[in-house]
Amino acid sequence: MTFFLVASIIKIVVVFTVIMVGVALLTLAERRICAWMQDRLGPNRVGPQGLLQPAADGLKNLVKEETLPAQADKALFLLAPAMSFVPALLTFAVIPFATPLPTPWGEVDMVVANLPVGFLYILAFGSLGVYGIVLAGWSSNNKYSLLGGLRASAQMISYEIAMGMSTVAVLLIAGNVTLTDVIAKQSQSLFTWNVFPLSLAYFIFIVAAFAETNRLPFDLPEAEGELIAGYHTEYSAMKFSMFYIAEYSNMVTASALMTTLFFGGWDIPFTTWDNTPPWTTLKTLATLAMFSAKVICFLFLYIWVRWTLPRFRYDQLMALGWKVMLPLALTYVTVIATAIWFLHDGLGWTYDTRFALALFALNLVLAVPLFFVLDRGRIVAGSVAEA
Amino acid sequence: MTVGVKVMKRPGAKVSYLRATLKGMALTFSHLFRPKVTMQYPEEKSSQDWTLSPRWRGTHRMLTDEQGRAKCVACGLCPQICPANCIKLVPGEDEHGNRYPLIYEIDEFRCVFCGYCQEVCPEEAIHVGVHYENSEFSRDRFVYDLERLCAQTHPVSTLWDPSDPKGE
Repeated sequence: MTFFLVASIIKIVVVFTVIMVGVALLTLAERRICAWMQDRLGPNRVGPQGLLQPAADGLKNLVKEETLPAQADKALFLLAPAMSFVPALLTFAVIPFATPLPTPWGEVDMVVANLPVGFLYILAFGSLGVYGIVLAGWSSNNKYSLLGGLRASAQMISYEIAMGMSTVAVLLIAGNVTLTDVIAKQSQSLFTWNVFPLSLAYFIFIVAAFAETNRLPFDLPEAEGELIAGYHTEYSAMKFSMFYIAEYSNMVTASALMTTLFFGGWDIPFTTWDNTPPWTTLKTLATLAMFSAKVICFLFLYIWVRWTLPRFRYDQLMALGWKVMLPLALTYVTVIATAIWFLHDGLGWTYDTRFALALFALNLVLAVPLFFVLDRGRIVAGSVAEA
Repeated sequence: MTVGVKVMKRPGAKVSYLRATLKGMALTFSHLFRPKVTMQYPEEKSSQDWTLSPRWRGTHRMLTDEQGRAKCVACGLCPQICPANCIKLVPGEDEHGNRYPLIYEIDEFRCVFCGYCQEVCPEEAIHVGVHYENSEFSRDRFVYDLERLCAQTHPVSTLWDPSDPKGE
């Protein structure tokens, strides 16, 4: 019991620190990558290659004046940044990021809380994030903030459904809601990574994840051009910074989630060395590096997409969420459940590479007509293809 | 679709979202590795594509003769023509009857950098300069007196010449 407590506390502190530092570096990465994409250099003055820029920003935010609008609902106004900040971090607690670490006192799971219901926990806390944004918008007593908050709630609720539906397929394959089991099921070979047997679910998930994290092309809650800064218009200094940190922590968590659910978590492809006991420190470090590499790839994808795509119009966003993503996710779950039932019960296959490849083939067959139809102007309403 | 919004029928390639997205992403990715246009200002003040124009009209400079005296003869044409009324000139005369400025001050905050003073000067004494770094810690430092105007070393502006419009 003491061992468990000590190990947990150490893990909490380490993970929290790593995420905070990661978020800080992420803000820098975003600005520099954005600059490179626009043929600029970006912030490179503070420290080598601008590495201390986040520290300078943090210091500035700490000493800046805190403003409080006269007509604001004071209690909620103060609570809102924390409400968006905390769930963003809490979600990361159940994500396994490496193989267990052997210590002289016993094995330590490389996950802050190895919950048996890890997956449901993620869905639950993922939905909590919207409260911070809505409360911020409401309590500011500012029409732009309120509109931002309203948009955020509508958007996050719409896409949450598609997101949840897309992950049902993952659960069908894993047969369990524990994330360690989800990873174990995927780590047999490269093709058992869920992105292959469940490519379309991954597609739905990634689109929904962009919407859930309020990133472009779905950043309507902020929409500078229309809403000044949306829900955090009235916030300054550290409270503003909290929203910023929350946004980036959400990105980190969403990336970690994509890695865990669809890209085999900490699994190193082309080898089973990493997922067979006995566990060693080397294995822990190698899998941790692999996990980080995957997460960083997704973070780069987030930044890359942000600096490429323009923002959706509000009706397009809603149409995409309700008329495309939701029916698509529902249909997909039905199809994939039938396929899994047929392969598993009909043909008596167990889940292995062959099983995954069969599902992958099914996905490809489904993807061709789907993308053909989606590409005919059905995503962005306002114009449709001729004939 | 929302009421009143006309839905346009266009060729498939123009309404595609997925293809356009992928194309856009390929473009932004390729830009990651292109040469950057940023000029790192304090270290680097001009580049191959960008230098200050020789016709740039910046803060003033008074040219001096061989003895280090201002070339100005206090004729009074520059305060006369100055549209911003920023030149203060009090003329004086020495024992040989040579006129010289007793006080010559230019308020660089009032100045509109039109360059008329340089154009009108018969002695080619006052010039606008090819220079732009003028920060000071106090406002009164922006009134340049004669001593300071003479002490400037930056190149002077080549004003536009109607008979040679391209400066050849």
